[in-house]
Order: sequence, then structure tokens, then C-alpha cells
Amino acid sequence: MSWFKRSDKGILTPTESKREVPDGLWFKSPAGKIVHTRELKNNAYVVPDEDYHVRIGSEEYFEVLFDENKFTELDVNMESADPLKFKDTKPYPKRIKETQEKTDLKDAVRTAYGKMNGLDITIACMDFSFIGGSMGSVVGEKIARAMDYSIKHKIPFLMISRSGGARMMEAGLSLMQMAKTAAKIAQMDEAKVPYISLLTDPTTGGVTASYAMLGDFNIAEPKALIGFAGPRVIRETIGKDLPKGFQSAEFVLDHGFLDFIIDRRNLKSRLSTLLRMLRN
Amino acid sequence: MLLDFEKPIAELEAKLGDMTHLTSNSDPEVQAAVKALEKKILELKKETFANLTGWQRVQLSRHPDRPYTLDYIYEITTDFIEIHGDRNVGDDKAMVGGFGSIDGQTFMLIGHQKGRNTKQRQMRNFGMANPEGYRKALRLMKMAEKFNKPIVTFIDTPGAFPGLEAEERGQGEAIARNLKEMFMLKVPVICLIIGEGASGGALGIAIGDRVLMLENTWYSVISPESCSSILWRSWDYKEQAAEVLKLTAKDMLSNKLIDGIVKEPLGGAHVDVKWMANEVKKVILIKTSELLKLPTEQLIEQRIAKFTAMGVVKE
Repeated sequence: MSWFKRSDKGILTPTESKREVPDGLWFKSPAGKIVHTRELKNNAYVVPDEDYHVRIGSEEYFEVLFDENKFTELDVNMESADPLKFKDTKPYPKRIKETQEKTDLKDAVRTAYGKMNGLDITIACMDFSFIGGSMGSVVGEKIARAMDYSIKHKIPFLMISRSGGARMMEAGLSLMQMAKTAAKIAQMDEAKVPYISLLTDPTTGGVTASYAMLGDFNIAEPKALIGFAGPRVIRETIGKDLPKGFQSAEFVLDHGFLDFIIDRRNLKSRLSTLLRMLRN
Repeated sequence: MLLDFEKPIAELEAKLGDMTHLTSNSDPEVQAAVKALEKKILELKKETFANLTGWQRVQLSRHPDRPYTLDYIYEITTDFIEIHGDRNVGDDKAMVGGFGSIDGQTFMLIGHQKGRNTKQRQMRNFGMANPEGYRKALRLMKMAEKFNKPIVTFIDTPGAFPGLEAEERGQGEAIARNLKEMFMLKVPVICLIIGEGASGGALGIAIGDRVLMLENTWYSVISPESCSSILWRSWDYKEQAAEVLKLTAKDMLSNKLIDGIVKEPLGGAHVDVKWMANEVKKVILIKTSELLKLPTEQLIEQRIAKFTAMGVVKE
């Protein structure tokens, strides 16, 4: 009697696969494979044989991309203010403080410059563990300043997005970060600075509708969820279940909005090749 | 349609109606009473509309009689030629635009369009544009740039359409591209929030040298209803959400996220559409003449500087 049983998982992500980087010795993939964390680390946080890309954050991406994990971080101490005195179920400053303590991060993006296979590069990488990687004033400002750094020094810029969109607790201020980053990208265009946007799982909302979709190259990790509206909202709007694979990186590539999909294990070498081609 | 906070005013107005209807106007005592009541109504109106909550402004911004983009365009232009299509997929009827003549000066006028009755509302998709709407808007803006005409955009949307085809055709990319391209437009851009300014769907045509909100409009990252459902996990906190989002014209101005407020007639824009449209026309002409004085480079520089200064952080 299994023919009416749901074989595909719903769009509600089970809590265990929302978990970020494993902190124990062993990591269990959603398919059930158990991997030693050291092996995972040596494999760019991709589960061997399964090609499952573990949701990682800035710490891991910097380690994967910067030569010998050496980099100089920009605006290390920038953090959120509370200009709107926002309070939902708890006051915004309290939410920030608790998240900072839990994640050891200041906000949802870290920016740094360094060398990647000997090439200069500026990288901004989002951390989903910080309030869903939401974009508020800090995220917008840090990205904008890192882009300024790239413009000033004529260094290619890599943006790694992983975000649910704009941060509600900064309301109008968050919205305008979309504008701010778009303005900086326009300036990078003028300065002929290469801009690569890597979209990872998930990238939605105001982040998709601003810097994530504005790369000279828009690239993505396999199977990443990429969209403007979230799947739940679309399902409610159209009143139907969504087709399989809808809003996956492969779907977005098929519809012409990505340049290519890249396995994280090849990310560094492929980006280096690309940037070298642009330079020579 | 009567909004809940308008009920006390409507009750007094009904009473006034009865009084003037039932009595001959020669009785000085009655006349005095009528006068007193009229005064009371005006005072109550003034007080009510001066102290509207965020949610009440949201209600006014969605009033079914509120003027929409084409209402303004027809009121303020002597000639208007609508231009259709994105030259790619189709013509999005939730986004309209074309060349219009205001006091002899040609403008490119673009805006979200809502419908007035059920059939129109469906045709206009409730003012929720698809990617081709944003691409049409951009095509028109580029054309305005080519012919050196100032651009005015009218923002009035509950959000960019969250549909299946919209995703397939790159809703995110379409909005993102508009943001970037609008920063580099070589002609003055004036953006007017005339109703609802919901999130990226609004911002997608709202990068301008002067961004102005009408008095009873809202502009934010999310609608109060959606904010309530996400943060409180219930639809019941919309009033509270409307307060904390600081989405009114006054709040947006004090947070330096817009450049100014356009006054509405007492009771809201729909009470006197002609008067309202004339105010809009005046503000367009004044702002345009200010902006036309600036050299192109300075115009773009100031536009970028304004938006890049937005946001508050601690270091």
C-alpha cells in the first residue's frame, strides 16, 4: 500500500539537516552516511561518494579558498545597532547578543582579502547560522566596504551567498542594503573589477534580488535552493504542489540565470583558472 | 468604504445630515448647532488623521478608491502615449509606462498598476509585477535616457509576484538588474510611493534622485501581515508589526530612507483626487527643475552617495 505514501520529502527541512558544520567527531549526512569530520574537512566539506555539500559558513569557505588559510579580515568589529528599537517576541539587541554568543560571529557576513592560488581576491561570505543569514545594515555595509576595497586595489571580488533574504528587524534599513550593494556593483562594473557571485543553499529573497544575481558570473553549488520567493509562499500563491527540482541550482541553470554549477571540491581551481583567463 | 477609525466621524456626519435635512435653515438656533457640529467634525477629522497608527496608514494606502498610477498620469499629463512590452516575453499589465507631457515638458512615467474592480484587479494581477514588468520598466527607462527625458516612477505594489513562472523567468535577477541600472541612469529620476511600497517589488523601480512618499502610504521590507506570520507565527499581530516596522512616511523620513513627504488632503488621497494629483504634479515639476541643474556626473554621484549612506551600524 505504499503507492499513496509520499516518497519525496516535503519542503519543510527536518531540523537535523538544518544543522551547520558538524562539531563532533562524526558527521551523518541526510542520506545516512557517516563520515569522520577530518575526512569531511579534507574533502571541502562534501560527503564523499554522495556529493552532498554540507552547509558550511565563512570559517570553512575561507579555509577552502584562501592559500594556507591566510587572509586579512575587514571590519571585524562591525555589529548591529538597533535604530528602529525593534521588538517582536524578543527585543532585537537581545536576539543579536544571543546569536553572537551561540555562533561566535558578529553578524551574518565576514569579509576578507588574501591570496587564492597566488591570485589576489576579496571574499565576502555569509553565515546562515546568524539569523538565517539575513541581510541588515551590517551585511550591506560590510559587503559595500569590501567592494570598495576591491575597486581601490583592482582585485576580483567573490561573494558567497547563503541567506533567507533581508532582515526584518531592520525593516526599511535592510531593504536599502539591496540598493547600496547594487550601487557598489555598478561601480565595480565601471572599474572593470571581476565580480563572481556564488549562490549556495539556500539563497532567496532580497539577497537573490540584489547582489547574488548581479555577478559577471553567477555560479552555484549543486542542488542549492535558489529563488526570489520562498517555496512555501509560491505554493500558497498558486495553490498547487511545486514541480520536483523547482528552484534548485540545476533548474535555475536550465532557465538561464546561472553560468555554471560547481562542485565545491573544484571551486578553488576553477575560480583561479577563470580569473587567470580574465587577466591574461 | 468606511475604515474602522473613520466610523466616529461618519456617525457625526450622519447626524449633521439629519439636522440639515430635517430643519429649515432659517432657525438661528439650529444654524448655530449645525455650525458647531461642522466644527466638531472637522476637529475630529484633523485629530484622527494627524494621529493615525502605522496600521491605519496601511489601510488608507489600500483604500479601494485610492488613486492609482494611471489616475495620476491622466490627471497630470496633457498627452500620454502608453508603451507596452519588454521585447522578450510579453506585456505585464501590473506595470505601466509611457511618455507623458506635463506643462509642455516630456517625461517618462512608469508605475505599478492596480485594478479598480474584480476583472481589472485580475488583469493587473493586484499590482504584482512579473519579471517582464521590471524588464519593461528598465527598457522604458533606457529609452528615456536615450531621449534625455526625466523619469518619474509611481510605486504601488503589495510585492513582486511570487509565482512559478516568475521564478522561471528570474524575478530576482530582474529586480536586481533594475537596481544596478537605475543607479547609472543619466537623467533625473523621481520616485513617488503613492500606495503600497512592499519590499523588492517596490524597490525595483524606486532608485531615484528624489524618493518621496505620499502621507498615507507605507514602504518597508515586508508587509505587516507577512511580518506577523513569520515573526509571531500568526496573522494576528499585523497592527503590532506595522508599528515595529516603522513603515510610515514620517518614520521613513526620520530614518533618512526617503527624501520627503507629499501632503494628502484631509481624509486621504481618494477624498480629492484632483487636488492630490495637482500636488503630485507640482512636486514633480519642482524636483525636476532642481535636478536638471546638476551636471550628469554629479547627479549619479549624489544618487549613489545617498543610498550607500543608508543603514546604521556600530563599530
